[in-house]
Amino acid sequence: MAALSLVYFAWVRESIGCDGEQVARPASGATIADLITQLAARGDGYALALGDVARVRAAIDQRFAPLDTVIGDAREIALFPPVTGG
Amino acid sequence: MKRVAIQADDFDVATELAALEQLGGGGIASFTGVVRGEGGLIALELEHYPAMTQAQMTRIVDEAMARWPLLGVSVIHRHGRLEPGARIVFVGTASRHRGAALESCAFLIDWLKSDAPFWKKEHMSDGATRWVAARAEDEAQALGWKA
Repeated sequence: MAALSLVYFAWVRESIGCDGEQVARPASGATIADLITQLAARGDGYALALGDVARVRAAIDQRFAPLDTVIGDAREIALFPPVTGG
Repeated sequence: MKRVAIQADDFDVATELAALEQLGGGGIASFTGVVRGEGGLIALELEHYPAMTQAQMTRIVDEAMARWPLLGVSVIHRHGRLEPGARIVFVGTASRHRGAALESCAFLIDWLKSDAPFWKKEHMSDGATRWVAARAEDEAQALGWKA
């Protein structure tokens, strides 16, 4: 299956140092939380951005999704802090 | 009438209100959010998720139109660098009934704060920058509408 697109926003983007990347698709059944743990283990900016999972929110294919959502055949996962619009 | 706009440019409140007034409803409510220039803030930078923002804001507007008998809704949210005094967001609603217009306007601005993919970064006069933290009250306010 095709690679998975990741996009980052706000301080998640700044800490990681890029606004997105392609990664190998995680094992079937993996959740967004599993992906976050895997990315945080890369250390440095990734650990800074994603080490505290309680501070991270996500969207799957441009829809907000809880972190326990299974990634399945999603095309794009976005990781970001809680939103502050309005 | 349903208008959802995400733009860097400013908007004209009078023009937006006039469009809502022409729908024949009799009751127009609106909210305009402006950048507060306090504590040495020189600019707010608004980032958003372009691929998601329009669709998500449209879903929020559709939800308001399903809950209240509205003749029209306009929602405008700016992005980019905005200085104190600059308009950030506009919500306008038109209905035959003032209650529907006022309540749906409050609902929309609460939901924009908690359910639209925007992030604000503050630029201070001493050169410091800081991402605005989400306020628990905003989340609670939006949840109140879901109850």
